[in-house]
Amino acid sequence: MSQVVKKKFRCHPEPNECKGCGRCVNACPKKLLKLGSALNIMGVPYAEYVGDGCIGCGACFYTCPEPGAITVFEITGED
Amino acid sequence: MEYSNKLLLKGNEAVVYGALLAGCDCFFGYPITPASEIAQTAAEKFPLLGRTFLQAECETASINMVMGASAAGRRVMTASSGLGISLKQEGVSYIATMELPCVIIDVMRGGPGLGNIAPEQSDYNQITKGGGHGGYKVIVLAPGSAQEMCDFAGLAFDLADQYRSPVYLLTDGVVGQMLESVTLPAPRPRRESPEWALDFKVNPRTNYLTSIYMEPADLEKVNIHLNEKYARIEENEQRCEEYLADDAEFIISGFGICGRVIRTAAERLREEGIRAGVIRPLTLFPFPKKAFRKHAEHAKSFVSVELNNGQMIDDIRLAIECSRPVSLVNRMGGNLVTVDDVVRHVRKLAKGGN
Amino acid sequence: MSEVVKFGRPKGFFETFERRPGSIKKNMSYCPGCGHGVLHKLIAEAIADFGIQDKTTLISPVGCSVFAYFYFDCFGLQVPHGRSAAAATGLTRANPESIVIGYQGDGDLAAIGFNAFIQAANRGENYCVFFVNNAIYGMTGGQMAPTSLLGQKTTTSPYGRNALTEGYPLKVCEMVSQLEAPVYVERVALTSPANILKARKAVRKAIQISMEKKGFAFVEVLSGCPVNLKLKPADMDKFIEENMTKYFPLGVFKDVADEREPVKRAVPVYDREKVEETLYRAMPGGNEAHESLDSPLFDRELRVKIGGFGGQGVLSLGLILAAMGKYRNLNVSWLPSYGPEMRGGTANCAVILNKGAIGSPIVDSNCDLLVVLNRPSLDKYLPELGENGVLMYDSSTIKDAPKVKPGQKAIAISAGDIAEEFGNLKCANAVMLGAIGAMLTKYYLTPADAAKFQETAEAAIAECFAGKDKIVKMNAEACKLGFTKMQNAQS
Repeated sequence: MSQVVKKKFRCHPEPNECKGCGRCVNACPKKLLKLGSALNIMGVPYAEYVGDGCIGCGACFYTCPEPGAITVFEITGED
Repeated sequence: MEYSNKLLLKGNEAVVYGALLAGCDCFFGYPITPASEIAQTAAEKFPLLGRTFLQAECETASINMVMGASAAGRRVMTASSGLGISLKQEGVSYIATMELPCVIIDVMRGGPGLGNIAPEQSDYNQITKGGGHGGYKVIVLAPGSAQEMCDFAGLAFDLADQYRSPVYLLTDGVVGQMLESVTLPAPRPRRESPEWALDFKVNPRTNYLTSIYMEPADLEKVNIHLNEKYARIEENEQRCEEYLADDAEFIISGFGICGRVIRTAAERLREEGIRAGVIRPLTLFPFPKKAFRKHAEHAKSFVSVELNNGQMIDDIRLAIECSRPVSLVNRMGGNLVTVDDVVRHVRKLAKGGN
Repeated sequence: MSEVVKFGRPKGFFETFERRPGSIKKNMSYCPGCGHGVLHKLIAEAIADFGIQDKTTLISPVGCSVFAYFYFDCFGLQVPHGRSAAAATGLTRANPESIVIGYQGDGDLAAIGFNAFIQAANRGENYCVFFVNNAIYGMTGGQMAPTSLLGQKTTTSPYGRNALTEGYPLKVCEMVSQLEAPVYVERVALTSPANILKARKAVRKAIQISMEKKGFAFVEVLSGCPVNLKLKPADMDKFIEENMTKYFPLGVFKDVADEREPVKRAVPVYDREKVEETLYRAMPGGNEAHESLDSPLFDRELRVKIGGFGGQGVLSLGLILAAMGKYRNLNVSWLPSYGPEMRGGTANCAVILNKGAIGSPIVDSNCDLLVVLNRPSLDKYLPELGENGVLMYDSSTIKDAPKVKPGQKAIAISAGDIAEEFGNLKCANAVMLGAIGAMLTKYYLTPADAAKFQETAEAAIAECFAGKDKIVKMNAEACKLGFTKMQNAQS
């Protein structure tokens, strides 16, 4: 009997590469991103991944204008 | 079949033959009298050898096509006349800053404004002092015959590569239109892409070419580097033809068609017992200052013969540091200075007039 | 826990932006929320995915993306404002194997560079263009763009863009898709994730067309400039989707990629033999066929002037004389009437022949041989005839014998009449050439040189009318006839 394994993902916004534009916050269909109040090295509040349940759609990655501010990982194994 | 390398060619045709034999890959240009035969000859000959000829939509486009082809690592040329050259100057400034080699031919016509299509030499200042915005210079060769149009094309490509610089062939409508016997040189193999070129077959993709430096310190560095190069060019590349000059009391100077007129004039003056000699600059930047300085030691007086309002005369004065009087024989508007004009002027100088 | 990157920094970017001055090396220099960054990522991802970085050149324009070469890990060329399409043309023509990407803003492409752009599109240059339309000039501080919307307030349209004074926003996709050559034209928007994914597809398709060498591919990208439009990112997307797309509808305007064959460019030839065959002159005997002359006549400059009415063959007679000189190893120059002298339908040319170097190619005095085919030329040029000069004139039009000075010779030949008798008035110049030969033979040439005249003339005629066998034959015959007639008249 086979079991459908649901893939799991994790979104990682890099605080010091975020310019705080908020495009990812609007783009995330699961509303898992928000702008915090802490400031990064550029002096702006940066996007944070809150909670879990990322579906790995990539909306945040493609809508983000920064090259590496957002990375979406696929979790391939649990320890 | 046997072949002869002796051809009768107009200056405007000879320069295309010279360029192709020197391994020119691409020609981008726009028609303009009296330089159009260059584009026409290129349009005919380049495709026969699988080389690229493209008539651009305007002068501005053609010089930027030159930029692209040079960046790709190819030997490339364009040609125009006065007003067309003015339009190219923006691109030339970028090309000079990026240190891209290319060859530009200016077959000068009457100016200013739309002027006319008759021969003049009034782009002298525009070309020899840089031409576009910013403090750059270009190497300027001054062919005076169809043979030199051919030979200097090859020389221009070599200097362009050696110094990573645009090189002009600056001449006038007469030299462009005149037909002469030309002995063509041997064909040269393709020049390999230089190490800075954006050519993936030989170079890594880390190569890039730009002329913007936002930091003043960086841009100053670039300027210093360019000016050191120009100093090297001034030291090493001054060229001129001296004729009857060694004992001359009167040194007559002119380039292009005037270089031919003064040769005949000097011979006539010698027949009359007047010790006239000729310095014909073959490079206008660098100006052959050394030759002028050398002959200022024995010459009483210098004469600049020009088809303009007197432009090269300033460089002669600077070269000899105003140590001797320099006078001007000139015509404008497309009229030619005749041998008689020059002879009369020097005769008068010899009699003690001004 | 183990994990792999599903979406991350595209490999088409440098890992760190070392070319960028300052301490920030991971980010690009664009303002927060700027569309350039989004489009850059799509392009960087594509060139890495396609494995073409090594052969790609991305052209940076003038505008906010002037420093694109700081970021893309491929060849970079930064060009003058608006000249991207011309530089791209030069690159792709010079090296058809390279992949060229143009990246331009709305001022760069649709204002200052529109001609270069539309002409490159019309030629079907093999490269792709990404056109960022954000309806504003960004780098210079929010001025009006050719694509600014009607009513849009900018720093140079402070009362709103007015169609009557500033015209209408330029619809580039609509225009370029009307041309025959372009392969693919699409307009996309960098707004919602769904629209960005469509843009991603368009970017990849355009680059693929370039890789397949199918020609010109164009993608217009409606993009946000939140800083200059003074909009929050969310409102920026709304502005694009609600205002811009009304005037600039999204979609594919043209796609003929499947029908197009790859663009073929010639391969440069450097083979020595092939180059010589193309540029040298085919001639039996090669250079050896040129035999030198020994007549003392050519020890100094022989200055010839030929004058007549346009159409009488004045210029070609001069050309033939010059070619004859070249064929006998002389230095020659031929200068046609040029400049102010051309007015009035008269034509003249100066020919100089010399064993040594030729000085001025202009003949305006000391003329050794003056050939005139009509009366006005005689009147005009006779004063230029030198001390011992020879005048040859066509007595079929010049009836009364011209007065020449002592020492000068005036020789008549009714070239026009003879040519007419011969059957072609156009051959009067060739008849005159033969007459010149007879005159030279009588007075100036050594017997050995004289014996070569007709052969030399025929070789020169063949060179001047190369490929026109009938004309060559006719002129050679007319030359022979002129020679005989003159010889008879002289004896």
